[in-house]
Parts: sequence; C-alpha cells; structure tokens
Amino acid sequence: MTLMTMVLKMAEGLEKTCAIFFLTLLFSIPLGMIVALLRGSRFKPISWLAKVYISVLRGTPLMLQLIAVTYGPYYLFGISVSRNKLIPVVIAFAINYAAYFAEIYRSGIESMPVGQYEAAQVLGYSGPQTFMKIILPQVIRRILPSMTNEIVTLVKDTSMAFTVSYQEMFTIGKQIANSQTSFIPFIVAGVFYYVFNVIVGFVMGRVEKAMSYYQM
Amino acid sequence: MSILKMTDIQKSFGDNHVLKQISLHVDKGEVVSIIGPSGSGKSTLLRCATFLEKIDAGTITYDERNAAEMKNGKCVYARNLNDFRHIFGLVFQNFNLFPHRTVMKNVTDAPISVLHRDPKEVRALAEELLAKMGLSEKADAYPCELSGGQQQRVSIVRALAMQPEILFFDEPTSALDPELTGEVLKVIKQLAEEHMTMVIVTHEMSFARAVSDRVIFMDGGVIVEQGKPEDVFGDTQEERTKQFLRHYER
Ligand SMILES: Nc1ncnc2c1ncn2[C@@H]1O[C@H](COP(=O)(O)OP(=O)(O)OP(=O)(O)O)[C@@H](O)[C@H]1O
Ligand SMILES: [Mg+2]
Repeated sequence: MTLMTMVLKMAEGLEKTCAIFFLTLLFSIPLGMIVALLRGSRFKPISWLAKVYISVLRGTPLMLQLIAVTYGPYYLFGISVSRNKLIPVVIAFAINYAAYFAEIYRSGIESMPVGQYEAAQVLGYSGPQTFMKIILPQVIRRILPSMTNEIVTLVKDTSMAFTVSYQEMFTIGKQIANSQTSFIPFIVAGVFYYVFNVIVGFVMGRVEKAMSYYQM
Repeated sequence: MSILKMTDIQKSFGDNHVLKQISLHVDKGEVVSIIGPSGSGKSTLLRCATFLEKIDAGTITYDERNAAEMKNGKCVYARNLNDFRHIFGLVFQNFNLFPHRTVMKNVTDAPISVLHRDPKEVRALAEELLAKMGLSEKADAYPCELSGGQQQRVSIVRALAMQPEILFFDEPTSALDPELTGEVLKVIKQLAEEHMTMVIVTHEMSFARAVSDRVIFMDGGVIVEQGKPEDVFGDTQEERTKQFLRHYER
C-alpha cells in the first residue's frame, strides 16, 4: 500500500472524526451549562446529583464510558448494538465533556465580582436577565482560554472511538497499521491531529481577540 | 412628605449586632449625609435600604408603601420588591459598571429592559445626562477606557437614568485618587442644588458640610447625633462626635 492510498483511506475517516468533534461540542457546551447551573442550585439534592455526575464522569476513563454507552444497553437490556455507532459515541463524548465544561463554567461564574450582581439587582434586573445580560457574556470571555484547552483535548480524544471500532480516522489508521505492519499510519494520524489543532488554535485565537474589546 | 422611612431597623451578622434600632426618614428634596467611623454600620444601613441586605426587624417604607414591615413579631418583605426598586438608585464605592458594555448601554439598558421605557426617550435622556456630567464624548467608550472619576460619573448617570426619587451614595469618592474626587463631588453638589433627594455616606467632611441639609453621625450601629451641618460640625453636642471630628481637623 502506497503512502498516498494510506493517507486517502484515513482521510475518508476524517469526516467521522469531524462529526464526533462538532456534534460533541454542539451538545456538551449547552449540557455543561445546565449541569453547572444545577450544580449551583440552592436545592441541595439537585446540586448534589450534579456534583456526583461531574465527579463520576471526570473520575472514570472516557474509554470505559464509550464502552458502557455503546455496549451497555446490549448487556443490560439485550438491546442490539445500534448499527450507526455515531450515536452512542457522541452521547458518551457529550456527557463526558459536559462534565468538564460544567466545572469550567462554574469557576468562571464564581470568579465574577459580587458587585456585578449587586449593581444588576439594584437596577431591578431579574435573575435570568442578570445572568444572560451581565454575567454570562463576561463569563464567556473569562473561560475562553480554558475552553480552548478542552477543545484541543477533544480533537485528540476523538481517537478514543477506536475502542468501540467506530470507523473514524484513527480507527482506520490502526487497522491499516495492523494489516500492513507499518508505523506510517500513526505518523499520518499525528499530522492530521496536529493540523486540526492548529486550525482550532487559530479560530479560538480569533474568537478571543474579538471578545477582548474591553478589559475586565 | 417622606420618600423613605426606615424605622427601628435591626440587623445582625451572626452575633455581630450591626444596626441597633436605627430610624432614618428622608424627605423629598432633602440631602442627608451620614458620617461615622469605620465599622459603624453606614454601608449596612444603605444596603438594607436598597434591599441588598435583609433586615432582621423594623419597617422600611417608600412613598407610604411598606417594603418591609413587622407582622406578629417577624419582619416580612413585600412580595413585589421589584416594584420598589425604581424608586431608588445606589452609587457604589467601586462603581460596579458593566465592563463589557459601552457607557451608553450601561446607562440605557436597565430603563429599557427593566422599566420598559421607550428606547428613544431613554437614549435622549441618557445623552442629556451625559452632557450634563461632561461625558458626551464618552458615550461609545468602554468603562476600562475611562478614568476612575469618569467611571463614577457614568455610574451616577446610570442611576439617574432610572429617574429615581432618591439616590444613595456609599463613599462615592473613596476609591478615587485625590485629584479625581473633586469632579465627582462637583457633580453631586450640582444634583443637590437641583434638589435631588440624596443620602450620602462620606468621609469628606467639608463636602458633607457644604451640601447637606442634615448630617447624621453614626457610631456602633446607632445614630449618635444629627442635625443641620452647622450644628453638628460647629456646635457639636456629643463627646463621641467631637472625638470623631477631631480626626479630620488639621
Ligand atoms: N456581609 C457581611 N457579613 C458579615 N459581617 C458584615 C458584613 N457586612 C458588614 N459586616 C460587619 O458589619 C459591621 C459594619 O460594617 P459596615 O460596612 O456597615 O461599616 P461602615 O460604617 O460602612 O464602615 P466603613 O466606613 O469602613 O465603610 C462591621 O463590623 C462589618 O464587619
Ligand atoms: Mg462602608
């Protein structure tokens, strides 16, 4: 197999890698916010549940979570493993990343000076108005660097999907490496991830710049 | 007519009894200064008046309507506290402007989205107020681009844009460099001349003497002495007040 065919075969899997990446972000970013808000709830049982959620999902390997979500339903309820593994893979990634994002949001929300809440309260803003208009925009600005870190990690973590044989780029690369007894596919994968992350870094840099029109 | 009546207010933080049966009535058009040593409860009193802290006992009445009152020995707040908030404004020591918004948006957003006033009218009022405070050129600036004195004037405009009946100031110049306090005090003086009802906590004694209709000296959670500025400063009655004022003599 020539280098070119390897690269092309693996590039086919990139579509699925991107699918995991973008769908995970699409679901985990809002889900993380919900978890963070529940975590900050004044109703103790709810905040405790959110805490347990975060602790379990951050305290166990993503690989295990992928296996659990993909094969768990079969072992537990005899439901056959779905043909399209994208669904369980994205579910596993989204619930895992939501836990990390929730902690980032929480630290961002807690870093807000209490004076911002007090000024809003005296002006008569409702709770939701205060959050949406005053707090959230500033929190987003504050947490962007940590979000960039997490998103860069997500790019690399998509390779974990090989554990459930989802045919994304890395899984294909690993199969080629086995059948051809070659190390080249791993190098190709490394280059793909690196380029992906250079792009992510560039885009996030742009976003950070666009948001730094004011000083905190 | 009293705009604000706070009667027999009690407030404790844990076993720290900060306000002990304090009463404060403020009439329309009156300028009241509150002075007193650190920890005497001045900020706490303003924070109770603006609902940032809940009182333990007493009544708070705005425009003859009870915001907090005693029922069966317990202090109960009105359910619709937001209906009271447009009556007063509060200017903080450290401004608390919203850093992610321009001066104009800082000033106009609450009247538009909280009080549902006509955006055009609100903007016109904001422009007028900013002009009055010498801030016309800063409408599109962000707070971080302003000096402390300008930020504090913006926060005064933000409070005024709600068209409150009474304005509270908690040490409005304490966070400012000495050369910037003057411009803020000037603006407050101007408001006093227009008979804006104000309660001002301050350590600027000569300012308090110049603008106030009434000066209140607080110590240890009680009002020790109050009266016309020329009496409190010129003909001090209480020993504690004398002691306090001695710190400000040169
Ligand atoms: N949120 C709070 N929790 C606990 N104690 C508080 C709180 N706010 C104020 N106190 C205490 O209440 C007392 C009065 O504080 P307050 O801030 O009202 O004083 P002040 O007269 O404004 O003083 P300063 O001139 O220093 O501003 C102090 O002993 C202070 O430690
Ligand atoms: Mg104070």
